[in-house]
Amino acid sequence: MAADEIWILGINMTKFGKHPDLDTVDLAAEATMRALSDAQVTMKDIGVLAAGNLMGPGRALGQQLQKQVGQTGIPVYNVANACATGATALRTAIMAVKAGECGMGLAVGVEKLAGAGLLGGGGQAKSDGARYEPNGRYGAVATIDGRIGTDTMPGVFAQIGMEYGHRYGGTSFELFARISEKNHAHSTLNPLAAYNKRMSLEQIMGDVMIAYPNTRPMCSANCDGAAAAVVVSGAKLRTLAPDQQRRAVKVSASVLTTDPWEEACQVLPNVNTLTRNAAQQAYEQAGVGPEDLDLVELHDCFATAELVHYDNLMLCQPGEAVPYFESGATWRDGKTPVNVSGGLQSKGHPIAATGIANIWEVCHHLRGEAGDRQIADAKVGLAHVIGLGSACGVHILERSAA
Amino acid sequence: MGQQVPLVDYLVLGESPHLVARECEACGAGFFDRRNACAACGGTSFAPRPVPAEGELRTFTIVAHAAPGIPVPFVAGVVDCGGTSVRGNVINTSPDPDHVRLGMKVRLVTYVVGTDDDGTEAIGFGFEPLEGTDGN
Ligand SMILES: [Zn+2]
Repeated sequence: MAADEIWILGINMTKFGKHPDLDTVDLAAEATMRALSDAQVTMKDIGVLAAGNLMGPGRALGQQLQKQVGQTGIPVYNVANACATGATALRTAIMAVKAGECGMGLAVGVEKLAGAGLLGGGGQAKSDGARYEPNGRYGAVATIDGRIGTDTMPGVFAQIGMEYGHRYGGTSFELFARISEKNHAHSTLNPLAAYNKRMSLEQIMGDVMIAYPNTRPMCSANCDGAAAAVVVSGAKLRTLAPDQQRRAVKVSASVLTTDPWEEACQVLPNVNTLTRNAAQQAYEQAGVGPEDLDLVELHDCFATAELVHYDNLMLCQPGEAVPYFESGATWRDGKTPVNVSGGLQSKGHPIAATGIANIWEVCHHLRGEAGDRQIADAKVGLAHVIGLGSACGVHILERSAA
Repeated sequence: MGQQVPLVDYLVLGESPHLVARECEACGAGFFDRRNACAACGGTSFAPRPVPAEGELRTFTIVAHAAPGIPVPFVAGVVDCGGTSVRGNVINTSPDPDHVRLGMKVRLVTYVVGTDDDGTEAIGFGFEPLEGTDGN
């Protein structure tokens, strides 16, 4: 391994779901201790800590975590980057190691979201004042959410999928529901998923409508969870034990992008261009192409989002996402299995944990440790997250040659 | 009858209600709220640009669950008004997939959002289907 390479030495995710007896620090500590143990190192070996939490009480999570698992005086970066928070924490640790500031870093993401309900529209009742006074950036005299479009996440991402349908055709309520059917089916093999129940197309389409065409099971599942990863430089890895080297997973590409300005990007978030840019950079960094991928974990926060990312990650030809899905390519026995973990719709989406948990899933397969859901002989995988606003993280991972 | 005020400051009331964008004088990019420099080119001069009141529905969703106090269902969408994308609701038609279609032609219309304690009316806007293109 080259000295300037970056490797995942240890990684872990907690069970996703309801953890009423554990707070964010407990969950982060659980993932951290297991990731350290997986790496066969301790906090004393770690030179930098990046910690992500988005919806929590706003304390400095990294320092809280240190108090829980080990205060060694290392620099801590508390990061927040919408749904890309976990990937941003990982990328922060990677940048520090890559810059030579230390040989080993730790990244953690955690969220307590069980029972959180609808995100994006605000949980509080919207009411107008007794006297109209212009307020805020638009000089609004009354609430605009619901009167000028929608702020809810299911509604925003519904429009993103429908826009793809307008541009290229072929989409329908049933098509989007079939994507969800796939991910719910995949989750039955994942014991750490928040939901493990297979759902029929009829059940998915007949469930509660949230924002057409997304019904409830087509939306990401709010839940509790944490994930943590230990990253190491190639130079440092060379000095470690053969078993550590054997189980290490190579980070062939680590990319974070935001959206460049395009017409309409400030009206409806554009999740396409920055994902395409991130994918392009990642394929170049890694020296691999989409055809080389044995599995992909992509940000299916809603069924309508998964479709557009087939195209954005260049798994299919431009405009061909619908026939690509219809070919069966993204089922676990297809050409490029997508979200064999169950994805955000069924595995769950504890926001800041997601961008490390999807890397855990890929590593699990590359190490040949994924049990019943193992993708046979997996060598290369890609993990993608997107946070509205927007931020996109793409990581490409490769099995150790050792 | 009391006064009328627009729901947002980029809605211009009067004979022919329309929206107005702040246009970057260097590159033509449009914004509906203030900017210090253009996000597209970095230009720092802006001038008001009226936005055409008719356009094409580029995407939509039918919101069935919203924050408390927001009446549902409603149709939220993005309308391409002669090259300027506008966020707004589709109104004056039934909020179901049989009556709202991608690519349908719509026009801006205003309505009374409510009346405050002084009797001032807040006027909002939405987009209604143009006659002859709906109900197929
Ligand atoms: Zn400009």
